[in-house]
Amino acid sequence: MSVLIYIDQAEGQIKKSSFEAASYGAKLAEQTGTTAEALVLGNVSDDLSALGKYGIKKVHHVADAQLDHLDAQLFIKVIAEAAAASQADIIVLSANVNGKAIAPGLSARLKSGLVAGAVALPDTSNGFVVKKGVFSGKAFANIRINSPIKIISLTPNAFTPVLGEGVAEVAPFTATIEAPKVKVTATNKVKGQIPLSEAELVISGGRGLKGPENWGMIEELAQLLGAATACSRAVADAHWRPHHEHVGQTGGSIAPNLYFAVGISGAIQHLAGVNRSKTIVVINKDPEAPFFKAADYGIVGDAFEVMPKIIEAVKKLKGK
Amino acid sequence: MKILVCISKTPDTTAKIAFADNNTKFAADGVQWIINPYDEWYALVRAIELKEKDPSTIIHLINVGGADADPIIRKALALGGDEAIRVNTDSTDSFTIASQIANVAREGGYELIFTGKETIDYNGSSIGGMVAELLDMPFVSLATKFELAGNMATITREIEGGEEVAEVNIPVVVSCQKGMAEQRIPNMKGIMGARTKPLKVVEPAAVEALTSIERFELPPAKAGVKLVSPDNPEELVRLLHEEAKLF
Repeated sequence: MSVLIYIDQAEGQIKKSSFEAASYGAKLAEQTGTTAEALVLGNVSDDLSALGKYGIKKVHHVADAQLDHLDAQLFIKVIAEAAAASQADIIVLSANVNGKAIAPGLSARLKSGLVAGAVALPDTSNGFVVKKGVFSGKAFANIRINSPIKIISLTPNAFTPVLGEGVAEVAPFTATIEAPKVKVTATNKVKGQIPLSEAELVISGGRGLKGPENWGMIEELAQLLGAATACSRAVADAHWRPHHEHVGQTGGSIAPNLYFAVGISGAIQHLAGVNRSKTIVVINKDPEAPFFKAADYGIVGDAFEVMPKIIEAVKKLKGK
Repeated sequence: MKILVCISKTPDTTAKIAFADNNTKFAADGVQWIINPYDEWYALVRAIELKEKDPSTIIHLINVGGADADPIIRKALALGGDEAIRVNTDSTDSFTIASQIANVAREGGYELIFTGKETIDYNGSSIGGMVAELLDMPFVSLATKFELAGNMATITREIEGGEEVAEVNIPVVVSCQKGMAEQRIPNMKGIMGARTKPLKVVEPAAVEALTSIERFELPPAKAGVKLVSPDNPEELVRLLHEEAKLF
């Protein structure tokens, strides 16, 4: 028996969300008295033995260039093969963009129950029950998996990795690789920015900022803190900011450690995308803005007066 | 070409979330039901756009649910689509739902199957991927653009910090999100026409659920906002640094 953790990578580098999955899987192996093994697909530049620090004992690596880009169908077959070879009774992966493409098909292929978007370790005291977010962050559901093999996809930024000293054994794994049917022809990444889905700190602006020309203060604060930038739907719809920055019910859903909202009223649809953030700060001149009810810290004031002072204080703190 | 669009019934985005029967069921009393926004705004409208480009296209809608889903299915038919199929069973297990859809799809010979990227109630993002695997079809998730030329689909999908463009031959299953299309409002002609469009009810195949909901819970109430004076925003920075230890 083992816990098999699928480690997702992009351009040869393991994603932050997969380190979280590795550590979660290792904790789960400890909890169920088995060992944690990892599966890495495609060519990687990272040192895979370092996954040992996250509690992984053994890394199975399929270094085939056909696996450098995602074809969900192909990845599912390879993961299913590795799961059989390592006699995994639990499979863990991140519920990141690729995990959302892979986990459901894997569940259907193995006829094994999936909890998509887990937020905590399973309760194994009586069966196998996993907690996940439902109703767009407004509630949680505890889901029982009834099949012998269990599959969990872990919400990014919901589990803090625990680091130790271990070194993982890395072994090549030979899998049947069919030609991918989905061919990736282009990858366009926003250069020099922290991906919103992986960011721990997020600075976000809304219509209260009056126009795209006023985003300098959002960007400056984000840069000082190493934060990503986000925006409300109204802002994305008005093309003040690119669509990938839109968070909320119909945009991205994020759970950073800090969500710092400037000039956003906090309609229920916006909250649905950000209410899992650990700390919410709201700056709004309207004391009746609904966002204050969901916030941890707030300032009722004019962003144009308050933000420059905040930026100065952060600069002082950072010694800049 | 035949397109199947999967339609889920979800509570309205502003619905109050509460639970009944010892927190084992969603409290549906007084809740307004809608078509899951991702299914409606992106999956269905993109399918309608493809039909507008090629009028020989046939669009079928599928819902897995009870008769209480009929109003939202009629609304979907008012937007577009030629006929709807409802598999008459209630389930919260995504594998059960996907298996019912796959059973219908297998008979229908669809070249495209569209779903929303997730439902706004269970947020599993699971149906499309499961249906694809059950039908042995390729799956492209979180699509923001979809173009078709002959048998070749060019699909843009979200990745961390950007997007990826992929090519795949149909048939394919695609989960759709913002960018695919713009929300539409049904017009009077559509609403009138929807009344006479076929809505077929089929009985479910026997499928064993892989998961079950044990209980729901609401997040702990927030302690309340700590307000800082607008004359002293430096205090906010101090609190975030020293108290919340965020940076």
